[in-house]
Amino acid sequence: MADSDRLTLPDPLPLARGADFWSLRLVEERAECYAVRKNVPQPPTLLLDRGAMLTAYADGGCGYAATSDLSPAGLQAALDRATAWARATAGRSLIDFRSLPRPAPRGAYASPGVDQPGRSQKEWYELLADESRSAGCDPRIVDWEATVETRTAEHRYLTSTGGEVVQRYRFVMPGLAVTAHANGDTQTRTLNGYRGLAQQGGESMLDRFAYVGSGRRVAEEALQLLLAPNCPSGTMDILLMPDQVILQIHESIGHPLELDRILGDERNFAGTSFVSLDMFGTYRYGSDLLNVTFDPTRPEELASYAFDDEGTPAEKAYLIRNGILERPLGGAISQARAGIGGVANSRADNWNRPPIDRMANINLEPGDATLQDMIGGIERGVLMSTNSSWSIDDSRNKFQFGCEWGQRIENGKLTTVVKNPNYRGISANFWRSLARVGDVSTVQVLGTPYCGKGEPSQVIRVGHASPACVVTGVDVFGGEG
Amino acid sequence: MATSSIEAYFGDVAGLLDRSLAAGEVYTCRLDAENSDFVRLNRGKVRQPGSVAQCYLRLHLVSGHRHAEQCITVSGDAGRDREPILAALARLRATLAALPDDPHLSYATDVRPSRVVRSEAALPAETIIETVLEAARGLDLVGLYAGGPVYRGFANSFGQRNWHEVTSFSLQWSLYHRADKAVKSAYGGFAWDDAAFAAKKADAREGLALLGRPARSLGPGRYRAYLTPRAMEEIAGMLCWGGFSGRALETRQSCLFRLRDGSAELDPSVSFSENTAEGIAPAFQDEGFARPAEVPLVDAGRMVGSLVNPRTAREFTLVHNGANASEVPESLDMRAGSVAAADALAMLDTGLYISNLWYLNFSDRTACRLTGMTRFASFWVEGGRIVAPVDVMRFDDSVFRLLGQELVGLTSERELLVNSDSYHQRNANSMRLPGAVVREMAFTL
Repeated sequence: MADSDRLTLPDPLPLARGADFWSLRLVEERAECYAVRKNVPQPPTLLLDRGAMLTAYADGGCGYAATSDLSPAGLQAALDRATAWARATAGRSLIDFRSLPRPAPRGAYASPGVDQPGRSQKEWYELLADESRSAGCDPRIVDWEATVETRTAEHRYLTSTGGEVVQRYRFVMPGLAVTAHANGDTQTRTLNGYRGLAQQGGESMLDRFAYVGSGRRVAEEALQLLLAPNCPSGTMDILLMPDQVILQIHESIGHPLELDRILGDERNFAGTSFVSLDMFGTYRYGSDLLNVTFDPTRPEELASYAFDDEGTPAEKAYLIRNGILERPLGGAISQARAGIGGVANSRADNWNRPPIDRMANINLEPGDATLQDMIGGIERGVLMSTNSSWSIDDSRNKFQFGCEWGQRIENGKLTTVVKNPNYRGISANFWRSLARVGDVSTVQVLGTPYCGKGEPSQVIRVGHASPACVVTGVDVFGGEG
Repeated sequence: MATSSIEAYFGDVAGLLDRSLAAGEVYTCRLDAENSDFVRLNRGKVRQPGSVAQCYLRLHLVSGHRHAEQCITVSGDAGRDREPILAALARLRATLAALPDDPHLSYATDVRPSRVVRSEAALPAETIIETVLEAARGLDLVGLYAGGPVYRGFANSFGQRNWHEVTSFSLQWSLYHRADKAVKSAYGGFAWDDAAFAAKKADAREGLALLGRPARSLGPGRYRAYLTPRAMEEIAGMLCWGGFSGRALETRQSCLFRLRDGSAELDPSVSFSENTAEGIAPAFQDEGFARPAEVPLVDAGRMVGSLVNPRTAREFTLVHNGANASEVPESLDMRAGSVAAADALAMLDTGLYISNLWYLNFSDRTACRLTGMTRFASFWVEGGRIVAPVDVMRFDDSVFRLLGQELVGLTSERELLVNSDSYHQRNANSMRLPGAVVREMAFTL
C-alpha cells in the first residue's frame, strides 16, 4: 500500500463548538473476495470502505453522526450534528452522560502478521480452482464452490481528552460448500459452516484447517449424507463437535449475557434475556465443568483487540466459572447503568453504526476428556457436527439447532452416519447437563463474521474457541425423508 | 421535481467514468446513498440518537469477457471524489489483467432509463421524536425511529441512467406490559401524520390491556391457529431464502424444489408473485436490467416461475427476469383470500392467535419444514374471543402442510409490510401479505 493511500488523521481536527466531550472513530476496511464455483472463476469483488463517526456529549445528552465525507468540513458537520442531537435529547435521555467518565485511552493493537504480504489474486484462484476440481467428483454433486475473503482493517479512535488508539487487523476467511442431490433428497456439506473458518492473521490458518484437500473430503461427506438414514429420535446423549458447540455458546450463553439485552435496549428487535441482574455471582448456569471466558487476547481469534470502540482496555475475564455465573457482557456505559462490572465489549460493526454491547471472543475453556474418552462413555447417542440451523426464543431460552453431519454412537463406538440431525432444549437446563468437556486436543478456534443485532441493524465479527462436549439427556430428532 | 444535489453528483460521476474508459471497456456504476436519522428508544426515553450520511459507489469494469467489481465510499463532492474514483478504475484494470474469461458474464446493453423521485417535505426527526416521547409518557416503550432520504442510482457506458429517490420514515416500537409480554407496532410512510400515529398507539394500548390477563402455558401439540400478516411475513421470509431462486431451484437447494417438481403442492388459494409495480423497491436491478412489472412465482398452489438473474440465465440457459444476484424477492406479493379479517377470530374459533413469529429456520429444508417461536402479543382464543396471552412456544412444521392441506383460508385484506432491516443501509424491500387460518400447526416446546 502506498503511503499516500493510507488512512490519515483529519487535519485540522474538528472543533468542539459546544460539546463537553467528543470522540472520533475513523474506520477503514479493505476486502478482496474470490470464488470458484463449479470450476468457473467468479469475478472478484473488492471493497474500500472508509468513514468516520463523531460522538458528542453535551448538556447531559449524547448524540452521534457518521459520514463518508472525511474532509475537515465533512467531519466538522458531523460533530455539529452529533452535538445538536446531544442537546436536543438531553432532558429525554435514558442516561445522564454528565455522570460518565471521559476516557483518554492511548495504545495500539495489530493482528499477527498484519503487514506480511498475502497471496496474489492468481495464487488464490489457483488454490480455489484445485479444490473446486476435487469437489466436483460425482454426477450427484450438483453445486460446489470454493471461496475466500481476505480483509484488512484500520480503526483509529481519538478523544477530545487526548486519547488516541490505533488498531490494525488482518482477517482470512476461506470457505467450501458442496451440494449433492439424488432420489428427491438434497444434502449440503461445508467446511465448518458458511464462513465458519474465520481468523485473524495470515494464511497459515489454511494449514490449521487442512484447506488443501478439503474439496474432495467435503464432497465425499456430502455423498455419504445422501445415502444416510435420518437421525433417530428420542432422548439421548449428544457429542457436539467444536463447530456446533460454538453456535450453542453463541446463542445460549453469549447473547443472554449481553448487558444491553438485560437492560431492555434490544426488546423491540433482538430480544431480551432470561438472565437478570440479580443472578450474577450466584446463578448456576451449568455443571461444574462449564467455564466460559471473554478473551480478547488470543492472537488468531476473530475478535481479539486491545480496546473496544469506546476506548476501554480489553482483558480476559471469566463469565461463568465452574458453572456459576460471574459477569455480564457489558461495556462501560451499560456497566454504569446497571451498577455492575462487565468487560470491554462496546463495539460497532462499522463507522456508520454506534457501539453497543456485543460478544467478542467468547470461549469455552477446555476440560480433560479426549475425543475417544467422550465417544467411549456414550452408550446411545449422536455425534453432531457443523451447524446448519439455529433458532432460539427472544429470551434466549427455548432453542432448536440442526447440524449438517451426524453419526450414531452405540455402546461406546461411532457407527452409522445420519442426516438432518436436530436437537432442542432450554438454555437454563441444557448446560447443567454438560457431562464431558474435551481437552485441548479437541479445541478449535472458530468464529463468524455475521452476528446480527441492534437498531439500526449491525452484523459483526465474533470469535469462539471451544473443545468438543458431551451433553446428556437431550431431545434429538431427524428430518422427514 | 428538482434534481437533488446527489442526483447531479451521480451524473458527474457517470460523466467522469464515460470520459475515463479505454477502448473496448464497459462500465456499470451503482450508487447506494442515504442521509438517515436513527433514534433508538428504551423505557420511553432516548437511548441513542444519531445521523448517518453515507455514499457508496459500486463500480463494475468489463473488458472483453473479463470483469471485476470494486465498492468504494465517497464524499459526495465530485471534485474531491475524482481521484478515488479514478484510482478504483485503475485498480480494476490491473485486476482484470490476471483474470480468465467469464462464460457467464452478462450486462445490459439496451438503454432503459428511469427516474422515480418521491421526496416530500419531511418533519425534522427531532420534532417527531418529541411527539413519540410525549405519547410514551408512563409507558414502557422501546423501539427505533429511522427516517430520511434513500438514493439508488445506476449508470453505464451505454448511456443508461436510472434514479430512485425516496424520502420515508419508519417507527418500529413495542409497548411492554411485563417480562416478554408486549405489543409490537409499526408506523411508516412518506409524511408523518400525528393522527395516524395516535390511532396506531391506541391500537397498541388496546392490545396491552389484553396482555394484563394471566398468561396461559400450552403444552406441545397441534393447535388451530390464525397467523396475522406480520406472522406470515416471517414464513414468507423463509421462502425467500433461496426458495424462489432460479439457481437454487436448478441445483435442488431451494426449499421449494419439490413444489417445482410436482411432488409437493400448496392449497389452490396460494399464489405468490414478485410484484415490482406495486412494491417500493427500484424497478432496475444492480446490473442495470429493467424488471418486469410482475413475475408470477406460484399460481393456484403450483410453482410457475422463479427469479432468474442474468448470470443464472447464462449458466442454465434460462430467460432472466431482472432479479438481483441473490435472486431474493424484493416486492413479494401473496394473493388475497376470501376470509374477511374481521371474521378471522370467528373462523379460528378455538386456538392460537399469533401476532408475530420470531427467529425461523429450516429443520428440514428439503421438506420445507420450519421451526420458530411465537413472539409478542399472541393469545389463546375460545369461541372466537381472546381469552389469555400465551407464553412463547416453538413450532416445527412444513409449509407444504401449513399452506397446503391444513390451510383453512387467507384473509381478503392484505398488509404492505416494509422491511425495517438496516444492515449496512436502510432496506427498500417489502411484502404484501394476507393473514391465514390453519387447521393444525405443530408446536413442540
